[in-house]
Amino acid sequence: MNSSLWPRIEPLLAQVTKPARYIGGELGARKPLHEPGRVAWLLIYPDTYEIGLPNQGLQILYEILNEREDALAERAYAPWVDMEEAMRRCGLPLFSLETTTAAAEFDLLAFNLSAELTYTNVLNLIDLAGLPVRAAARSDEAPLIVAGGHCAFNPEPLADFVDAFVLGDGEEVVGELTEVVSAWKHSGGSHRSDGRRREDVLRAMARVPGVYVPSCYEACYERGRLVEVAPRFADVPSRVEKRVVGDLGDWPYPKKQLVPLIEVVHDRLNVEVFRGCTRGCRFCQAGMITRPVRERPAAQVEQMVRDGLDRTGYDEVSLTSLSSADFSGIEETVSSVINDPECSGQVSVSLPSLRVDAFTVGLAAEIQKVRRTGLTFAPEGGTWRMRQVINKLIREEDLYSAVESAFSQGWRRIKLYFLIGLPTETDEDVRGIAELASRCAEIGQRHHRNVTVTASVGGFVPKPHTPFQWFGQDTISELRRKVGLLRDAVRGTRGVTLRWHDPEATAAEGIVSRGDRRMGAVVEHVWRAGGTFQEWSEHFDLGLWLEGLESAGLTLEDSVYRHREEREVLPWDHVSAALHRDFLWQDFKEALEEHGLEDCRWTPCYDCGACTGLGVEHVVASAVPPAGGSQGTGQDTSVGGVLPVRFVRAGTAKGEATGAAKGAATNMAGASAGAGR
Amino acid sequence: MTVRLRFTKLGKIRWTSHRDVARIWERALRRAGLPVAYSEGFSPRPKLSFGLALPTGCESLAEYLDVELAADVDPEVVGQKVEPMLPAGISVLAAAKPAAGSGSLQEDVSSCAWEMCVPGASPEQLDAALSKVMAASSLPIARERKGRTVRDDLRPSLLSLRAAERDGDEVNEVQQMNGAQPMRGSKLVAELATRPRGVRPAELAQVIGMELGLSKRTFQWIERDGSKFEPLDAHAAVAAPVGERVP
Repeated sequence: MNSSLWPRIEPLLAQVTKPARYIGGELGARKPLHEPGRVAWLLIYPDTYEIGLPNQGLQILYEILNEREDALAERAYAPWVDMEEAMRRCGLPLFSLETTTAAAEFDLLAFNLSAELTYTNVLNLIDLAGLPVRAAARSDEAPLIVAGGHCAFNPEPLADFVDAFVLGDGEEVVGELTEVVSAWKHSGGSHRSDGRRREDVLRAMARVPGVYVPSCYEACYERGRLVEVAPRFADVPSRVEKRVVGDLGDWPYPKKQLVPLIEVVHDRLNVEVFRGCTRGCRFCQAGMITRPVRERPAAQVEQMVRDGLDRTGYDEVSLTSLSSADFSGIEETVSSVINDPECSGQVSVSLPSLRVDAFTVGLAAEIQKVRRTGLTFAPEGGTWRMRQVINKLIREEDLYSAVESAFSQGWRRIKLYFLIGLPTETDEDVRGIAELASRCAEIGQRHHRNVTVTASVGGFVPKPHTPFQWFGQDTISELRRKVGLLRDAVRGTRGVTLRWHDPEATAAEGIVSRGDRRMGAVVEHVWRAGGTFQEWSEHFDLGLWLEGLESAGLTLEDSVYRHREEREVLPWDHVSAALHRDFLWQDFKEALEEHGLEDCRWTPCYDCGACTGLGVEHVVASAVPPAGGSQGTGQDTSVGGVLPVRFVRAGTAKGEATGAAKGAATNMAGASAGAGR
Repeated sequence: MTVRLRFTKLGKIRWTSHRDVARIWERALRRAGLPVAYSEGFSPRPKLSFGLALPTGCESLAEYLDVELAADVDPEVVGQKVEPMLPAGISVLAAAKPAAGSGSLQEDVSSCAWEMCVPGASPEQLDAALSKVMAASSLPIARERKGRTVRDDLRPSLLSLRAAERDGDEVNEVQQMNGAQPMRGSKLVAELATRPRGVRPAELAQVIGMELGLSKRTFQWIERDGSKFEPLDAHAAVAAPVGERVP
């Protein structure tokens, strides 16, 4: 029933860069048959093919949907500007890679939202599909536009354009949405538009747990401030809770990771070892919104690695998560991979997000016997005081021993990630970044003549559902001043290279991150003015964002730089990542008092809300915290030193009876789940 | 031991680059479980060597690859094992040990034969243009190389150019499914030397003043001691059957 656009696509390919972005044909790609009985999903990543293809979330849903009898899924990515121009010139719409079918022939266009600056691409792709960008202007027969991913936890800036958002894990909810759409499709005549009203299916979707349909809610303002986002109907929830899959062992996906024909980012086998993180880094949205921790059974990890390497022919596997060295029994898992005779010593393992301690470096040394190029650590803050504020409890000794260990074992390049613009930050904290980097370079010079220590500095953007969601972001000029301090401080230091993120791009990210529904007009303005690919420095243009703010009657001062008040209604209050707002506020206060908070995998519960609210506990195979420095356990067990930080229990500090009671209940639940704290 | 493979690049896969094809082969050989030899050192690489790079967008019936294996394997078995691991459009046509005394593909191959679609010209028009080009004593062409403009004479590399009728059978059904376009207009049959330098189809288009459509490399030739032969005859060894594969 669908027709291939290939004969119209191919003549354009000779005119564009990297034409193989548009041909599909990856190992693992399906060619599904479009049939009336199947709900057709087009899964879209709103950035280039090379960035989007490896996205594991999209690949997981691609497989789950294609395994269903009542669904099919294809993929699309944002065509690069040369291809987009060629497509628009000949009236060619956005198409799927597998069967080169026009996007508008699908039932749902599902966007992955991983970064705020891709939002203008989302609008561009809806437009390129031949559809009105505003949801209210779309006809009954137009495909439904849905979106998920981390950025969906503040859906409001895209609320005018997207029909429905999915919060949290998508494994189960895509099936439920398929059933809702299927029932709606078959409720009228034979054609999609026969007597069916779009608002009916949207209303039904809004009743699916974890699904937020913006048109079923009204945003109310008073004196220029949001005061409420209220449901318009009695049968939609006033607060939409995220979805969580309780056991990753039930979802061994992707089973057939896509192997692209061209080079992409993260071009290797990726096996997710756990989801969620309870390290509690206060700036980290990913860690907060994906709680609780759910580890994949080690045997399943090993099986997925073995099968994946056999199937794909990759010689590198990445064990992915937010902090893979924390995976229980990581050593056993890693050695089972590298000592597998089938891999014959040619497979390398990589662990993203290395923890900062010598143990982790030892692990890295074991797995990177070949290709020992660079190691990356993320202390994030330049001084111990700063790291207590952000709860990234890495002592200088931990960092130096990790770096010592790395240089002595053959590495010559170390990269250190830092943030500037953090709450309570002083110039001394900023200069501390240069100090740490210089000391690391000195350590390196004791081992090698030439070493490189790169300090990579990003501007902090406060994110929804984190303890810092109330914090006013640093201005562009303040971030520039701090970068200047750092440049002065490292000038002439041998072996230290400074890299920094553009403060203007940090500001634009801030505009969208915590915007309310009015921010949609700004996103639309930037898109209409030609501002696509804003993640790409050669296309990024702050001027467009500032124009957009002005024409919407908004300011950087109010929407980005301003500290929010404790009781203020935040634009994402009606969507829930299961975290108690008072837990986040309390944690913010403790941050300001420079109090650290231990990892609750191995310590009592703080009642953040994730486990109790969702009825899911941490799934951790080992009750023993990983070996290593202070970051391993919260207490330094290996060296015998005393951690210079005072731990407070959020529940007791709050002095709330409910908090303490819930904490006790979760402890018992945690113990029965085998965590055995 | 070294095994030389001859393979195709037809259909959609022609939009991948030479480098992409090299990576596709590395993974396919690993998936086939063949004992490919690796280089020594910090960054071991599989020992594969490809012949002349095929420009992105061109098809070929005559691509070559030398694979060094760490153990002896019957070349025919190498072809049969790797064939199912290759994406649609890349097929093994032959596999054999290179003849004794063979050099590398890069060194040995002296010319390539091409068929190029010329959509905008009749065979007569094309013939007239080709006669003019072949009659010229030199054909200077400029190109950018490392930021500098280099002027080369293309004429010595043009061994023969001939206009032909387009023939409707050029693209078979399977190739069409893979996205190949039927040829229209006329067809240019060319033999181009690799020395003093290779000629890209785009450069040939420039000197004859006509736009070229789909270009397909049909042969690579080695000329030595007055005789002309292929690095590997397509029928020299039994190739694995070209079957239907799901990409």
